[in-house]
Amino acid sequence: MLTLHCPYCGVNADETELDAGGEAHIKRHGPGSDDNQFHDYLFTRENPKGVHLERWRHAAGCGKWFHAARCTATLEVFGTYPAQVYEPPQDIKDAISAKRPGWSWREFE
Amino acid sequence: MSTRLAKQGRLIDRSKQITFKFNGTTMRGFEGDTLASALMANDQMMMGRSFKYHRPRGVVASGAEEPNALVGLGEGARFEPNQRATTTELFEGLTSISQNHWPNLEFDVGAVNTALARFLPAGFYYKMFIHPQPFWKHVYEPIIRHSAGLGKAPDKETKDADTYEHFYAFADVLVVGGGVAGLQAAKAAAQSGAKVLLVEQTSHWGGRAPVDGGTIDGLAPDAWVEQTLTELKATDNVTIRTRTMGSGVYDHGYALAYERLTDHTPGAPGPRHRLWRIRAKQIVTATGAIERPLSFAGNDVPGVMLASAMRDYVVNWGVTPGQRVIVATNNDDAYRTAISLKKAGVDVLRVIDARTSGGGALADEARSLGIRVDPGKAIAKVKGGKRVKKVAICNQDGIGGAREEVACDAIAMSGGWSPVVHLWSHCGGKLIWDDALAHFRPDPARPPLGADGNGFVVPAGAANGPVSLGDVLADAQTAGEAAANAAGFTPKTADAPKGVSELELPLEPVWLMPANADMPLRMKAWLDFQNDVKVSDVQLAAREGYESVEHTKRYTTLGMATDQGKLSNINGLATLANALGEDIPQVGTTTFRPPYTPISMGSIGGEARGEVFQPIRKTPVHEWNDANGADWEPVGHWRRPYAYVRPGEGVHDAVNREVKNARENLGLLDASTLGKIIVKGPDAGKFLDMMYTNMMSNLKPGKCRYGLMCSENGFLIDDGVVARMDDDTWLCHTTTGGAERIHGHMEEWMQTEWWDWNVYVANVTEQYAQIAVVGPNARKVLEKLGGMDVSDAAIPFMGWADGKIGDFDCRMFRISFSGELSCEIAVPASQGLAFWEALIEAGKEFGVMPYGTEALHILRAEKGFIMIGDETDGTIIPQDLGLNWAISKKKEDFLGKRAQQRSHMTDRNRWKLVGLETVDGSVLPDGAYAAGEGVNANGQRNVIGRVTSTYYSANLDRGIAMGLVLHGPDRMGEVIEFPGTDGKIYKAKIVDPVFYDKEGKKQNV
Amino acid sequence: MSDPVSAPVSAMNHASYVGIARVEETGLQGMITLRGDLSSATLGKAIKAATGQGVPDVRRVAVDGDSGACWMSPDELLLLVPYAEVEAKLAALNETLKGEHALAVNVSDARAVFRVSNGPAREVMAKLAPVDLSPGAFEPGEIRRTRLAQVAGAIWMEEDGAFRVICFRSVADYVFKLLSVAAQPGSEVGVF
Repeated sequence: MLTLHCPYCGVNADETELDAGGEAHIKRHGPGSDDNQFHDYLFTRENPKGVHLERWRHAAGCGKWFHAARCTATLEVFGTYPAQVYEPPQDIKDAISAKRPGWSWREFE
Repeated sequence: MSTRLAKQGRLIDRSKQITFKFNGTTMRGFEGDTLASALMANDQMMMGRSFKYHRPRGVVASGAEEPNALVGLGEGARFEPNQRATTTELFEGLTSISQNHWPNLEFDVGAVNTALARFLPAGFYYKMFIHPQPFWKHVYEPIIRHSAGLGKAPDKETKDADTYEHFYAFADVLVVGGGVAGLQAAKAAAQSGAKVLLVEQTSHWGGRAPVDGGTIDGLAPDAWVEQTLTELKATDNVTIRTRTMGSGVYDHGYALAYERLTDHTPGAPGPRHRLWRIRAKQIVTATGAIERPLSFAGNDVPGVMLASAMRDYVVNWGVTPGQRVIVATNNDDAYRTAISLKKAGVDVLRVIDARTSGGGALADEARSLGIRVDPGKAIAKVKGGKRVKKVAICNQDGIGGAREEVACDAIAMSGGWSPVVHLWSHCGGKLIWDDALAHFRPDPARPPLGADGNGFVVPAGAANGPVSLGDVLADAQTAGEAAANAAGFTPKTADAPKGVSELELPLEPVWLMPANADMPLRMKAWLDFQNDVKVSDVQLAAREGYESVEHTKRYTTLGMATDQGKLSNINGLATLANALGEDIPQVGTTTFRPPYTPISMGSIGGEARGEVFQPIRKTPVHEWNDANGADWEPVGHWRRPYAYVRPGEGVHDAVNREVKNARENLGLLDASTLGKIIVKGPDAGKFLDMMYTNMMSNLKPGKCRYGLMCSENGFLIDDGVVARMDDDTWLCHTTTGGAERIHGHMEEWMQTEWWDWNVYVANVTEQYAQIAVVGPNARKVLEKLGGMDVSDAAIPFMGWADGKIGDFDCRMFRISFSGELSCEIAVPASQGLAFWEALIEAGKEFGVMPYGTEALHILRAEKGFIMIGDETDGTIIPQDLGLNWAISKKKEDFLGKRAQQRSHMTDRNRWKLVGLETVDGSVLPDGAYAAGEGVNANGQRNVIGRVTSTYYSANLDRGIAMGLVLHGPDRMGEVIEFPGTDGKIYKAKIVDPVFYDKEGKKQNV
Repeated sequence: MSDPVSAPVSAMNHASYVGIARVEETGLQGMITLRGDLSSATLGKAIKAATGQGVPDVRRVAVDGDSGACWMSPDELLLLVPYAEVEAKLAALNETLKGEHALAVNVSDARAVFRVSNGPAREVMAKLAPVDLSPGAFEPGEIRRTRLAQVAGAIWMEEDGAFRVICFRSVADYVFKLLSVAAQPGSEVGVF
């Protein structure tokens, strides 16, 4: 059972206070997008063994959504960061690189 | 016979006698006894029968690893099966029964299975019960169920009399195990200032050391334990608990510990068990080692026991399992048992040492006490049924011939020691094979990894491999320091206390005794006592092609009993490795899973039982409803009245009465559970236009509008009435089940997609009691109470206003989910009950009746209004339900819009909502499918629709239904067939879904 | 003289239980959910006027009697005011905040408030919330929104070591029973 640091309220939250929200940094495609774009937006997801960027909500706490950079194989957490970004901040990327040199995830590396 | 010795027994208090019962017989023991030691003191060696063959079984171990001595403990509401006698502390009045036999322990009909053993090999059930298939359910399953399981489950009507609880604890270093290694590791860690929690599963400290002897810093182990405990107790940053077993290690330093508070004082106030839910930065596993049995024929006869256990019984409890004992071993440690017994005045006939070289210093000491030592020998076979009578002795390196028989009544066996690596392994710690000691131990290079990617478990003492007292203490010191350091503290480096014990010579692995035992012997050489798995079974599995240890485990059931193979695993996989011609590390171990030993279901549930099993959400009117005949229906965690049943009335009578009354007179509905969400801000209109399929930004203040919400997939997720409060504030009503979900849905989009929009939302669902006043007399009762102008002119249909009704500040919405004149009135929740009672009182003259959720459903179905969860199931789009009028064509975007343009969403073959009227007026079965022409690829009849809502309408005196039907709206008047599960064919005509007041006159008056 | 028919009643109407600690519902408490920019000076002024307190820092709470301000999230506070004054305070708050993007709503009746005191309150709470409540780790002045067994709640400590517990009104009965079970006689843990 994980603990994740909520970047909003600073609590190391027990997993039972959290809701998992699937993959992070998905770009929304609305009306005007073509079928493939929209299909990928809705359904295509990464399923990595290793570095993954995810959404979590501190549901039983401050209620805020945040992102976590985590290894799905070892459950190592490289860092958490607020959800109001389009890509992981540099310090998170650096933290991942320090532990998993050469990592990549979708367009990020 | 097994007896109490005149002396010895460091854990018992001979001045305090305790009376207890076993199978109805009154027996006596002492304070400090376990049930096992007390039974032995009463010459009750046989404590149960085995699972498969019903063989007589006696106690074999002295602790948590015990596979045989399982009893039913307690009576009535405190009865519990499968309790280990070895870990059950004796208390006055304890009542126990043996298990797995009929009619009784001494004479058991099921023991015939042992005679049939050659017909019950490994995989017997898989082979026997596979054909013919029709027998599975009605023949095989009842047979297997009858014979399955060990103890008897408590009666299903009996409720556990005890309470349980959880406790969330946080520590820098958790130390599991209160032997000398655990104590020293805790001390070493605590000296750094780290917060240490030390847990020990038994009621006493020190583990094996006080029994095994030696000295620590010149002190006897007992004295050292006492001294160290005193120090730890005086250390502020250390918490110590006995009777608390570290049961599991999980991700990110999570650990469970199982505290048994009142098992030894049943009925005492407080919870029986407490499950500690621990987060530790580092976990030290000082969990010791478990001795392995030797695999020889008849090693399961009562009286055959682990050498260390026999020593424990003598030293700790002053009982001996026999008067003439033979010790069989492959190592030096077992000589300690011979010496202890001899010193306690028990005859030790000889030590049978499988090693041709014999033993070291401890063997010399045994010889000096006059004990005969036979090197290179083996036990060929134990003779005796319910008790050891004699043994046949042969050479270890043979097939078991040329036997010498010796009469004896107990056998101590030792096949070496296996570190308890369970907690290390639970969360992914890997093992390495130690050839010299013939055991698996933690691989320091591959620990379980924590949140920071570093190891968070440190093994200490015998759990890490070391054997001698000196090595164990040194290892514990290192482990304690390492754990403190890894937890972020600076340990004070100190020398470990100096442990001195006899030098031991290496063991020689013995996986079968004698080494080449013939088939008849192998068929009686037990590996897993509890599940009756023998050497021959594992060998058979290997011959039949089982190569993976995990598969062999499941095929033979080796290690799958309640003891999870604590004694059998290593012997079993060594047997498998030999049979496969592989090395033991190649074969590997099975997976260690928590809990370490079984923990009570009660402790897992914790406080969640009885009234607090789950939260029941209550509206302000709940108690009134309860007192007035509410037949409760769970809606999420809410309880809503399904109907208000009057004395002498059936539930359906009540529903019909309520349905008619709401149309004819006056109905009241407790609608407090409906979600109420405030959305405010300069961008609130824009935001709501994204949330709803229809336009909300152009709603005028003072007005209400019905809205639909879809997921990004296009599917309907909720509906409700939105009211505009002022320029930048809207109030969104959701379904009862939708309040938290939709609030979360809004927050999610607000926080993660449109975070630059200026919108705030607040869930005010529970601030208000909301009561629907429904029916032709609705306005009359409100006018009687006085206050605000409730005329149609003041508040027209789909309008709202703040004001007062009687003394109550309220907000009134002219909305209708029934098709009647209807006012939904919100008052502060703290006045909800008073307001409800005022309406009931004032409404008497107008024929007021409260109505429940079933009447609500029927009233809306008569009007063709959809219900989220009935007409929708997560695959339905608004267009399916003919709700195109509520989908804005002007808006460029809203959640679900793009999805609703996908080809299968616009497919004209999607089933569409229609009304359904049975030809004979009967009620269509709920969920029934309409049959079409032809069959599908699986040969099943094609279906062309299904019933989504179906009711008896008292107002129309006939069955009414809604359903989704292929091309439904184009087929008005057509009759289609719904085969029921009752074998009947229901014929229904496709009609308009609005059955009542099609023009909508009644709600708009 | 009996109360008027319309007199407000709190969810548990002052129910209490005494075990290893005392559990009581504290009755009606005025509460306002305020969402907005917590760094705004205007908002600070409005809060000061309503509660006498400044804007609390992250996870901090400042309460004096039945007035105070609790940090709920980076853009949300829970303001405590006397029950009878809540509408007036709300109106004043909205007046001050006019022109600011903020949301203030009365949630007094949407919540229930409990007090756990006279005994090992830390231990009672630590049976229900996955939070380190040991001395040093959790002290008066800090507020924690968390899980109380199966429902959401917020807790903080008072100077005398008592805990305040806030939950939703609909589960007040559950939380009261939960606290009572956790405070049952003989259930001292003995670690704090």
